[in-house]
Amino acid sequence: MTADSAAGGASSPGLSPLANDHRNPGMPLDVAMFEGHAVNRSAAERRAASLGARRSVKKDYQAAWLINAIRCIDLTTLAGDDTADRVRRLCAKARQPLASHIVEGLGIAELRLTTGAVCVYPTMVGHAAKALQGSGIPVASVATGFPAGLMPLNLRLEEIRYAVAEGADEIDIVITREHVLTGNWSALYDEVAAMREACGPAHLKAILATGDLQTLRNVYAASMVSMQAGADFIKTSTGKEGVNATLPVSLVMVRALRDYLDATGHRIGFKPAGGMKSAKDALNWQFLMNEEMGRDWLEPHLFRLGASSMLGDIERQLEHHVTGRYSSASHLALA
Amino acid sequence: MNKINEILKTMEYGPAPEDSAVVRDWLKRHEAGFGHFIDGQFTQPSQTFAVTNPANGQTIAKVSQGSDADVEAAVKAARAAQGKWAALPGHARAKHLYALARHVQQHARFLAVLETIDNGKPIRESRDIDIPLVARHFYHHAGWAEILADEFPGAAPHGVCGQVIPWNFPLLMLAWKVAPALAAGNTVVLKPAEYTPLTALALAEIAREAGLPKGVLNIVTGDGATGAAITGHPGVDKVAFTGSTEVGRIIRRQIVGSGKGLTLELGGKSPFIVFADADLDAAVEGVVDSIWFNQGQVCCAGSRILVAEAVSARFTDLLKRRMASLRVGDPLDKSTDIGAIVHPVQLARITDLVEKGRAEGVTIHQGTAPAGCFYPPTLVTEVEPASILASEEIFGPVVTLTPFRTPEDAVALANNTRYGLAASVWSENINLALDVAGKVRAGVVWINSANIFDAGAGFGGYRESGFGREGGREGMAAYLSHPAPRAKKPEEAPVAPDASPAETLPASVIDRTAKLYIGGKQARPDSGYSYSVNGPKGAVGLAPLGNRKDIRNAVEAAHAAKGWGGQTGHNRAQVLYYLAENLAARAVEFEERLKSFGQTATAAKTEVETAIRRIFWYAAQSDKFDGAVHSTKSAHVTLAMNEPVGVIGLVCPTALPLLGLVSLALPAVAMGNRVVVVPSQTHPLAATDLYQVFETSDLPGGVINIVTGEREALAKTLAEHDDVDALWYFGTAAGGRAVETASAGNLKQTWTEDGAARNWLSAEGQGRQFLTRATQVKNIWVPYGE
Repeated sequence: MTADSAAGGASSPGLSPLANDHRNPGMPLDVAMFEGHAVNRSAAERRAASLGARRSVKKDYQAAWLINAIRCIDLTTLAGDDTADRVRRLCAKARQPLASHIVEGLGIAELRLTTGAVCVYPTMVGHAAKALQGSGIPVASVATGFPAGLMPLNLRLEEIRYAVAEGADEIDIVITREHVLTGNWSALYDEVAAMREACGPAHLKAILATGDLQTLRNVYAASMVSMQAGADFIKTSTGKEGVNATLPVSLVMVRALRDYLDATGHRIGFKPAGGMKSAKDALNWQFLMNEEMGRDWLEPHLFRLGASSMLGDIERQLEHHVTGRYSSASHLALA
Repeated sequence: MNKINEILKTMEYGPAPEDSAVVRDWLKRHEAGFGHFIDGQFTQPSQTFAVTNPANGQTIAKVSQGSDADVEAAVKAARAAQGKWAALPGHARAKHLYALARHVQQHARFLAVLETIDNGKPIRESRDIDIPLVARHFYHHAGWAEILADEFPGAAPHGVCGQVIPWNFPLLMLAWKVAPALAAGNTVVLKPAEYTPLTALALAEIAREAGLPKGVLNIVTGDGATGAAITGHPGVDKVAFTGSTEVGRIIRRQIVGSGKGLTLELGGKSPFIVFADADLDAAVEGVVDSIWFNQGQVCCAGSRILVAEAVSARFTDLLKRRMASLRVGDPLDKSTDIGAIVHPVQLARITDLVEKGRAEGVTIHQGTAPAGCFYPPTLVTEVEPASILASEEIFGPVVTLTPFRTPEDAVALANNTRYGLAASVWSENINLALDVAGKVRAGVVWINSANIFDAGAGFGGYRESGFGREGGREGMAAYLSHPAPRAKKPEEAPVAPDASPAETLPASVIDRTAKLYIGGKQARPDSGYSYSVNGPKGAVGLAPLGNRKDIRNAVEAAHAAKGWGGQTGHNRAQVLYYLAENLAARAVEFEERLKSFGQTATAAKTEVETAIRRIFWYAAQSDKFDGAVHSTKSAHVTLAMNEPVGVIGLVCPTALPLLGLVSLALPAVAMGNRVVVVPSQTHPLAATDLYQVFETSDLPGGVINIVTGEREALAKTLAEHDDVDALWYFGTAAGGRAVETASAGNLKQTWTEDGAARNWLSAEGQGRQFLTRATQVKNIWVPYGE
């Protein structure tokens, strides 16, 4: 597994290079980078609310931005009733996220559009890896006692190693929320660093479970510790907390990764996950990335959308773009 | 490769134009030109001038230049409609305002698009900010109309309001002026700005559609001459103006002596203070919402960033990056952050000021802007307080940045301006933020936020940013009057003071010299002269003949006593009760003094007793006339704090030499002001006797200063003084006019009245009205949430 192959799906000429230049090596724990860092919630909420109102994309531009969102989707199934067939169906959708008449209508056949990755439980990794063989689509696996993470560390690390051995290119770990809530930063740092080591070549996405952390100051601190410990991505949520990805939380995490970049020169990816269902969400989160971080963070090696039903809505919007008629989900293939 | 593939490479936003077809059709229908809206109908267009879309320079409409005759007709229509409108039950006026609010909402997008085409502001702002606030304002004031009689007992509308509004928020400023005026039962003649008259005309159509009675709202378009004809019209009872301080000053002078009510919302150079513990990203976004909002054409824009040295470099870096991502261009594009400057004249002014700043050696950082009537977002660093860019209101997207060292330093820099409209304070430390909010001289303070508006909170300035509030209870009060008492026989000018030795003086055991009282000390007059104070049978004593230097000293002493305003109401009450106690102990002495001026024993006793009661009344109010928490937005505390005005000059009526002084000085000092009193010129000795009572009552030096002498000359010096914040004058009509004229210099608040009009012995002599005059409302916005 190389960094290149971990970076994502579509590889058409003309698009930006997909690989991250080099992985975040991490750095020693430095609490000065986050302790006392002010985050004002009402200001974050105001900025988040104005993002979607300040930017708008229409017609071909809207289509392009929605297509780009597909490139960045970690198409996900994380349910207790997942089966091998269910995962295969998901992978089929990841390989061909849009119906062929839409692809033709948009004139993007040469893009060989796929989703950014497929994201499953560890025991499903093997099925996914098989189903995605030859597609270039990476398999992401949650691990470390997802979603609560309250398992002994050695078992959590073992779970990572298992998933990587099964063929996972990316590991979405969950942090121990207790370490954040009690301010035990060194414990959090050590844990994430150990997980990063266990990942080996697989990229590590640190799920902060921001709905559990509650305050934006906690979110900022947890983001910074995870990056210092070597996370390649920071991710908002498991999808199982009471509140999952929100724009204000995302704003704070993105600003944290910008601050980390300013301090270290290392580029970290961002993945909002959970609760994002609509094409409008896909646009708003891309506006956030583009406005706060710039063009590079619209690429799957630095940005992923953790979602399942969002793709369906995007596909319907794109069908409308092609046909001029409003679309029905029943006419399009399920994920 | 097809277009979508191209876009995928650049990920540009592309054009996202707002559809303007409906508005273009409307403009086409009015191609012949717009007339004025007078008495419920549009006049024939005449003497038209072109209105342009600043984004492309194209003429979009022709509107009429309002003549004196047009203004005459509009005022006449407003006058004719006013009685009936005011006589409607509050509920009926409420229904009309409610209908206006509903119709504004129903035409929301039409108004937003028209505003953007006319003004050049981005459609995002007109759509998401201006027009929703317009509707909110009409709703809010529909409510005031409903409950007016209960909430403002005894208040009456002014009558006909003449209103002149600016071009930066054309329809919003109309709503701010029209909604409270109509709610109160006034009728209106309004002139929109000549650059941006179209939404006002559209609103006239909407008012007609909504069934507003004819004559209640009249719109006359035109330039400054039309505005002057409205504000100067003798049939106008109340003038409200929003615009430049320069024009505000002209209007102040124009209506001198007219008795018209006046509120002015003028310029600003508002500070934007960033402390080291602030959320810097939030503060950066606050700058965007401040100076890069509405192209910086915002009177309350935070145009002076003051940032703690410790974070100055990081803040500047973040700000520059943010500035680079702002999109300047087509106002009708939904992805535009900064639209067109309203008019090439304004663009030239901005450009000229920035070039002057450049010549002074400042460092200028700029974003980009397309050719045409656009100006890039601009950050100016290495700028000293004396720079033209730090002191002049630029009214463009140009902000200066100056580091400070300590909170004290920040406050000093923040207040180093002639203005006092707004301030923005960024800190996560509530102690620091509220401390600074209290110390900044501004009518509106936003903590960890900027440019937040709501109809439920007052908006308006201190100092040369004008006076009066718009919004909230305080804004409603500005459109209501408590009819001033009228004198049966106007006060006459007192006889000129005679400084030659008196023929005889009553014998006393040991000779007593009355002095001035300045800064807690008895002071001889600078002139070295005394003048005779006469009773019915000749001179009864000598009083010092104060002059302008004594006034200067008294004002300085008053400023030095600023700690008085910071004391608790309870502490001030203790001093004032003690004052009453000590006056009561010497009641007989004061009665004798009053009798020596020719008063009967009964009258003298009544005056002293009333004075003691009055002192008690204001002592009681010291800790009770407090502010409010306005109901505005969710997760915001909006504090309306009554703050002292500052240093007030008090010019007392001739009659009732003790009670007149007490009636003016007590409400002022009870609210924390410091005063310079010019007592009754004819009988000042009751006042000079008082300073001994002050001295025994623990009244801090400088809180009340007394300068006796020639009233009109001393009043003029006070009126002209740039460091006097307000002036209350109770004397002759000519004296009142002189005071109003001279007060235009620093736009101090004036209260002039015939000295003989008010019965000081009755309830007219005291009340909440006096306390309202003695305070100004500071609205402090505190968003919260963790």
